[in-house]
Amino acid sequence: MENFKMLIVDDEADFLETILKRLKARKIEVAGVDSGYKALEYLENHDVDVMILDVKMPGMDGIETLREIKKKKPRVEVIMLTGHASVESGIQGMQLGAFDYVMKPVALDELLEKVRQAYERKMIQEGKS
Amino acid sequence: MEAKQYRKLWWNLILTTLSFSLVPLFLLGGVIYHQFSVSYTARIMDDMKTRAVNRCSSIDLFLDERISQLTSLANTQTLDQLKNEDYLGRVFNIIQTRSKSFLDLGVIDESGNHLAYVGPYYSVLKQVNYKDEQWFHEVMATGIFVSDVFLGFRKIPHFIIAVMVREKNRNWILRATIDSDVIDNIVHLAWIGKKGDAFLINRDNILQTTPRFGGKVMGPPEAPDFANATRNLAEEMDFQGHKVLYATGIVRVKKWVLVVQEDPTEQLTPILQARFLLLSICFGGLLLIILGAFATTRAMMTELMQMDRVRAASDEVAMQSSKMAALGKMAAGIAHEINNPLAVIGEKAGWIKDLLKMDLADPENFQELSEAVNKIEYHVVRAKTVTHRLLGFARRMEPVEERISINTVLDESIDFLENEARYRNIDIQTNYAPDLPLTSTDQSQLQQVFLNIINNGIDAIGKDGEITISTKTNSRQSDIIVEITDNGPGIPKDVLQKIFDPFFTTKEVGKGTGLGLSISYSIMEKLGGRIMVASEEGRGTTFTIYLPVR
Repeated sequence: MENFKMLIVDDEADFLETILKRLKARKIEVAGVDSGYKALEYLENHDVDVMILDVKMPGMDGIETLREIKKKKPRVEVIMLTGHASVESGIQGMQLGAFDYVMKPVALDELLEKVRQAYERKMIQEGKS
Repeated sequence: MEAKQYRKLWWNLILTTLSFSLVPLFLLGGVIYHQFSVSYTARIMDDMKTRAVNRCSSIDLFLDERISQLTSLANTQTLDQLKNEDYLGRVFNIIQTRSKSFLDLGVIDESGNHLAYVGPYYSVLKQVNYKDEQWFHEVMATGIFVSDVFLGFRKIPHFIIAVMVREKNRNWILRATIDSDVIDNIVHLAWIGKKGDAFLINRDNILQTTPRFGGKVMGPPEAPDFANATRNLAEEMDFQGHKVLYATGIVRVKKWVLVVQEDPTEQLTPILQARFLLLSICFGGLLLIILGAFATTRAMMTELMQMDRVRAASDEVAMQSSKMAALGKMAAGIAHEINNPLAVIGEKAGWIKDLLKMDLADPENFQELSEAVNKIEYHVVRAKTVTHRLLGFARRMEPVEERISINTVLDESIDFLENEARYRNIDIQTNYAPDLPLTSTDQSQLQQVFLNIINNGIDAIGKDGEITISTKTNSRQSDIIVEITDNGPGIPKDVLQKIFDPFFTTKEVGKGTGLGLSISYSIMEKLGGRIMVASEEGRGTTFTIYLPVR
């Protein structure tokens, strides 16, 4: 039983649906949306610790969404998810304050490990303040 | 460039250089020669005219003197005095001391009888009656008579001067024979150089003096007929196939014509020398110019060929690097398109693993399992289409001509970029002519052009926009026309002129090679077509691609 709250943002419906099922089966508190706008909307009303954010999305893309999130909810840790090994967008994400970036396809355990690390950092930073 | 084109350029350069150098050279040479020859000939002619006039004046002076001698003699002496042959002989001797030109002297009465005679032919001439002679009538009518030259009994050329004297109620004539040697000597002074000639003719074109060349006294001259000349003239004439310079003068007293004759080859030698010199200079100049033209053209052609080779090599490199850039861009897109289905497959597999740990007899779990397997199959197919498309493109990287449908090539190109466009919220609309003819061309190169232009459209729009792709043929069905229009910001006029230049780019450093459109342009030229661009700032840009139907 993990005690962090996750949000997954990805436009690939099959991916989103499956990963949500698997995380819920692991008793993780998780929600999913399929666009940047919806993610921002969700953040308005819900508390989120770690967010998995796809870079390439129609409409508002990951980088843009990240920029907005960091403006509104800087405490939320974001892990970028990219479809291709674009170091460039990864670095750009990190510069904008993302915790890390992960390339698709990624094993769920690997992803969860990153989520845990991100959550730890969030805890440390919150403890400090 | 091909050898034939080089050859043509070479000829153009040589001919241009030669004509621009040789025309002024020959023009200058010609003008100088003509000017010199005209003024020199005019001077020679003038000179000849002056000589003719001088000689005529001398002859006139001589004749005038002789006439006045006779006239004064006749008018100071009476007939009775002169009838006396002893007296006449004394008078003759006095005249002779001053001038040897008088050969004899005779006194003739009005009926033509010789009253007195002094001279070497006394026995012959004393008896002669002149009343039927032509000259006798003339002198009786006009008072003074000068004859043409004749040989007479003496067999030497001479002429006579006769003056009539009126004494009270009778008329008588004093007649003198003049040795025409003196006239000859005067005329001979006009023999200039080695070939110059001068002679006198009477009004019947009979020689009055001995010419230097050809013809004898009392015979016709070997020259054109100047017997009717009335003025002092000089001109060049053809005589028996030769060019000869002639000048004429008129002897006032006797209306004889003095003809001065010159050989132009002698008189105009300076002109010929000048001509030779000019021709030599022109010929030398010609040689120099030809040599120079060949040398510079050769140097230029070598330089040009060298530059062409370097450019061809760099074109090759640019082409290759653009191909690599296109490949790189495509690889990134393809990785994304494959990794997405892979991610789904991965998740589904993970989900199946999770389910396997649960109770599969539960129909809900079984349903999940079955659904997950279906999804895996679906995403495998999705990834497969991507890799197959890539394989198709890779296969077509080799240049080949095949009969292709432009609409299909456009569709494939759009497939490559559809995701990119979707992420950027760009709508790609197509408006194809359904009956577009097939054409033989290189599909992969054409696809590269389409990808480049559509990609540029996407980049130009950035986000949220529309790209319209339409195909049609021109009215003669000879060209396929593809129009790719974006509603991006458009291209400013000053930039529009440069978009086909190699290495010109408006994209950030590292984002574009600046080669896409330049390569596309050269590809279309190679395929026999062309690209045109029209753009309006704020409205968008249209690229129009013309491809011949073959």
